[in-house]
Amino acid sequence: MIRKNEMIFQKDLANKKIFVSRNFDAPRANVWKAWTTSELLDQWWAPQPFQAFTKAMQFKEGGFWLYYMQGPDSTKMWARIDYEKIDAEDYFTQFNSFCDEDGKIDTHFSKMHGKNTFSNIEDGTKVEIEMTFEKVKDLHKLIEMGFELGFTAALNVLAQTLKAQLKIS
Amino acid sequence: MRRDVFQAIADPTRRAILSLIALHAMTPNALAEHFDTTRQAVSNHIKILAECQLVKQEITGREIYYHFNPKKMKEVADWIEPFRKMWEVRFDKLDILLKNLKTKEK
Repeated sequence: MIRKNEMIFQKDLANKKIFVSRNFDAPRANVWKAWTTSELLDQWWAPQPFQAFTKAMQFKEGGFWLYYMQGPDSTKMWARIDYEKIDAEDYFTQFNSFCDEDGKIDTHFSKMHGKNTFSNIEDGTKVEIEMTFEKVKDLHKLIEMGFELGFTAALNVLAQTLKAQLKIS
Repeated sequence: MRRDVFQAIADPTRRAILSLIALHAMTPNALAEHFDTTRQAVSNHIKILAECQLVKQEITGREIYYHFNPKKMKEVADWIEPFRKMWEVRFDKLDILLKNLKTKEK
């Protein structure tokens, strides 16, 4: 049985920052691999019922991951993550942006900066994410996306719960 | 007719307005500058948001300032809840993936 680890989520909207932290019951090497390998990212990056698909990936300083997320209505949401600084299994920094299928960045929104830090804890790994937004505009694009993704995800969970309940009764 | 709060926040432009004024109070002009639509369209959205109390207006000197009403938003749901939910669902998937990686190694 998987013990579910609690996620810490803090927002500091005045400073345009969001912090997320979560522990994983897995060795740091594996957690790092899951965050930095496209074959593995495709398997978890998009929240249910969405699916992530990689078009290009170069995990190195100056490289980028170009991917899209697709939901049940088959709309493709293109995005890219540009890697800035990498210190293997320790941390990496990145810029997130929205783009088209050729990776051409949507300049309506400035990039979001992210720092992902990995550290050892007893029996596992701690991941800490710090996201910084340059402009408020980015924040609403993100919230909008979060609304769509999160809302669908929440509804999906609800649907499954309801299904389970129907089976019991 | 009483406005439905959920309907009010279902619109992307209105969500954008809320996220802008959640950071600081804004005048109608300052707000309109953030959008490609007309000032009138923005003002219609504001009207809907005000009707369901998500936005309050205060007059300071000769200017009207729109304020975000966090109390009302709290009633609906935590403002950023869906974004938080997205990370949570994402991490649940990662848990499963990491468990599979561990099993493969054995």
